[in-house]
Amino acid sequence: MYSEKVMDHFANPRNVGVLSDADGVGQVGNPVCGDMMTFYIKVRDDRLADVKFQTFGCGAAIAVSSMVSEMAKGKTLEEAMAITNELVADELGGLPKNKMHCSNLGADALHEAIKDYRAKAAGEARPAVPAADLHESEGCACPYCETALEEPEKTFCKACRVELEECPSCGGITKKGEPTCLHCGKPLGGKA
Amino acid sequence: MKRIYLDHIAATPLRPEAFEAMRPFLTDAFGNPQSLHAAGREALAAVDAARAEVAGLIGAEAPEVYFTASGSEANNFAVKGLAAGQQARGRHIVVSAVEHNSVLNSVKALERSGFSATLVPVDREGRVDPREVERALTKETVLVSVMMANSEVGTIQPVAEIAALCRERKVACHTDAVAAAGSIPFDVKALGVDALSLAGDQFYGPKGAAALYVRRGVRILPLIDGGVQEGGRRGGTENVAAIVGLGQAAALARTEMAARAAVLAPLRDRLLDELPRRIPHVLVTGPRSGRLPHHASFCVEFVEGEGMLLFLDMKGIAASSGSACTSKALKASHVLLAMGFDHATAQGSLVFSLIDGTTGADIDTLLDVFPPIVERLRAMSPLYTQYLNAQKRGT
Repeated sequence: MYSEKVMDHFANPRNVGVLSDADGVGQVGNPVCGDMMTFYIKVRDDRLADVKFQTFGCGAAIAVSSMVSEMAKGKTLEEAMAITNELVADELGGLPKNKMHCSNLGADALHEAIKDYRAKAAGEARPAVPAADLHESEGCACPYCETALEEPEKTFCKACRVELEECPSCGGITKKGEPTCLHCGKPLGGKA
Repeated sequence: MKRIYLDHIAATPLRPEAFEAMRPFLTDAFGNPQSLHAAGREALAAVDAARAEVAGLIGAEAPEVYFTASGSEANNFAVKGLAAGQQARGRHIVVSAVEHNSVLNSVKALERSGFSATLVPVDREGRVDPREVERALTKETVLVSVMMANSEVGTIQPVAEIAALCRERKVACHTDAVAAAGSIPFDVKALGVDALSLAGDQFYGPKGAAALYVRRGVRILPLIDGGVQEGGRRGGTENVAAIVGLGQAAALARTEMAARAAVLAPLRDRLLDELPRRIPHVLVTGPRSGRLPHHASFCVEFVEGEGMLLFLDMKGIAASSGSACTSKALKASHVLLAMGFDHATAQGSLVFSLIDGTTGADIDTLLDVFPPIVERLRAMSPLYTQYLNAQKRGT
């Protein structure tokens, strides 16, 4: 299922860890969708002197983070900002289709860390990296057609064209107006 | 490297006896059971003998057993066929929140055609309370489907109690026994269910052969319209070899299941006791008693299931997980969420399901190999770092 290169980066990830004196920190994803990444960077003379990461996620997510860290190290900030998710996936020899989701997080997390550094350097106050909310209720795929829901629009499935709502008990997604949650059976707003 | 296979819930190995029984029907004995000639009669006799064996395993009469191609087909047949057969009396269905997707998605399909459904919640151990089922019943309810055992958390459900209250109200009752049949004993007449699904690949038979029991006199419409096969209730030329293998596996299961459970249950208990002892923040999912004898399941906190499976596989150990990443839909297990686990914890789902021949040495190997894998994945987990930092701060 995974290329040799993906398996190598998964089994022997480069640059795993935390930089306690990081110049920038970027965090993306959440455990609901299965992946969460934190990138730490040290910047010297506009270059990434050090990059470390931590990842909660599948083999692809770990391999992607490792590859991003390797690609970014030593690059100028501008060069690093030009690393795209597609480049990372290509560099890994491709990813299974259903795992492209994971590759979309890797470069994003790095870019967030660079943005964090730049904001700090400019003296802007950036909100502290939030601790992951383990109970964050956010769905990732339409429960009816399994199409991945896009980040800002989890209340609507484009493929089935139905309005969706989150269950306050389990965080699962059900069609708006249903009497009970599709996932846990607890009552929702709709009338039976 | 010795390979240790602990993924019964995905597939069991085919018993050599079943393979030998199948062999003639893959070679010389190729007749169609519906043919009048000798080759056909030979095939029909084999299918009928297999039907009797499957009936014997579950306490049914042979004509009440309908062969299908998979457990999923049996569940589709049951849910859609029974709902369609009873719809003159109402269009409401009650199922548990932890059913297999072949049941849940059949219900969703029915909802699109005008049925309504109620999902019954489960407790922290994944158990359905029959009183909740009773509360969910309406005058419109025509079908209740609650599984016999859950393949992800091992929980055995109180099916007999649920069937009894269905009978009082004259509501059809189906149970998906795919994970249970051949592993725990039961009798359909004692259970009092109207329909029950089982699959051969869950008890050392071949893939491609499964069955639905339908109590005599219960109205069910076919899922596959066709010829006269399976009493006109399931069209399509019979998969004779696979059905013969299923029959042989059923015969073996009937005589061997108690002895196998007596061997595997202590190994399961050792795993359930020892894994959380050796690794901090490992939760057992499902109950300690009232679970499948070969089934041990956990949530390993702060790590995601797929990474664990990949590292275990590198050590020659096969297991499974219900995490979002190992599913193609990027969704955490609906079973664990329904049991009240949060998403992050559910992502660390891991199932070890033992098979015939699993030894204490295999369990020892697993217990030795697994803790460093978890340690390795936690070392790269931002969730674990956050947890440790919170501990340091004393929150």
